[in-house]
Amino acid sequence: MIRWALWLLGGLLLGGIVHLGSVLLLPRTATQDAYTRLAPFTPANTIVPVPAPTPDDAALPFMDPAFATAACRYDLAKGTMKLRVPVSQAYTSVSFYTRNGIAYYAINDRAAGRRVIELDLMTTQQRAELPDDEEVTAADRLIVESPTSTGLILIRAFSPEPGLMSMARRALASAQCRSQG
Amino acid sequence: MRLLLGFLFAFAVAAAFGLGLTQFALTRGTAFGAITIGAWTAWPKTGTADIDPYARAGIARSGELPVGSGDGVAFFTSVDESGRALDGRCLVTLSGTTPPARFWTITLYDLDGRLVANAANRFGFTSQEIARRADGSFEIVLSSHARPGNWLPTGGIDRYVVVLRLYDTPVGVATRTAKDAPMPAVTAGGCA
Repeated sequence: MIRWALWLLGGLLLGGIVHLGSVLLLPRTATQDAYTRLAPFTPANTIVPVPAPTPDDAALPFMDPAFATAACRYDLAKGTMKLRVPVSQAYTSVSFYTRNGIAYYAINDRAAGRRVIELDLMTTQQRAELPDDEEVTAADRLIVESPTSTGLILIRAFSPEPGLMSMARRALASAQCRSQG
Repeated sequence: MRLLLGFLFAFAVAAAFGLGLTQFALTRGTAFGAITIGAWTAWPKTGTADIDPYARAGIARSGELPVGSGDGVAFFTSVDESGRALDGRCLVTLSGTTPPARFWTITLYDLDGRLVANAANRFGFTSQEIARRADGSFEIVLSSHARPGNWLPTGGIDRYVVVLRLYDTPVGVATRTAKDAPMPAVTAGGCA
């Protein structure tokens, strides 16, 4: 009897390890994460409008229907990226996610403080390799470091009421994300 | 032989217990660093690179992209003030004020994060669409049948989640109490 109790105890301890291991490994094995969901209709390093969510169909769960959304699925393998987003009249934000959907940086129009949000996206290694010339050290150049070489940028423009949605969509249409490679 | 049986038993226990615990943790949404105010809960750390492993596994599994902390913060509720699950066939009111923010949106989802289908094609409100009282407070009614005032249709579904998102707001990781972030009260009324 005691022998089985010990086996049970051992099993539970091992179960704890299995639990922690599965939680840590799950993001790597997920087949329905945001990146995978967006990949079929977002060619790499291009801004693509994300269809507005409806009850029957949404690109991602828990999307805010009060926003026009565009996505740029980036791949920094060939070079750094330049992002240029003219702000809409209401509110515009740019959020950066890693390959696994971790929000590592987000900026809105007010924080950017101008009519156009402009920034450079690169990996830590690419940033280290930047030449130390004048242009690079210019204070007005905003550099964002991506922890992974692939990931997602979500650009969102607010539509205060449904009638203003087309205006929000138009504001996003002129955003650009371009690989410098 | 007994040794082999013992090992098999222990491994079976480990697999069932370990994976069961993972499943339980992810479906219950046990991320750390939650802020609970009234019926509402937010996980501001989930919108940063400091996200904990449970929330990380949760978003990988659901496919959602959390609101980045430089963008805003999202408060979720699926229960009323007394802890009862919100029922789409019943009347639910959200009343009071919201924390400081440039603007906010309120949206209804089913438990999988899909918008709630309804004949009026209204899925939520923004702070600019709401009719308010003279003191700035408001009341939103959630029900399956049309109501005067700020009405959000529930389409009569069993269970739903209300998400209140504050954008460009000081509310975040440092927020602790209702004094910093007064959230609207969630009150359930009669059922149809």
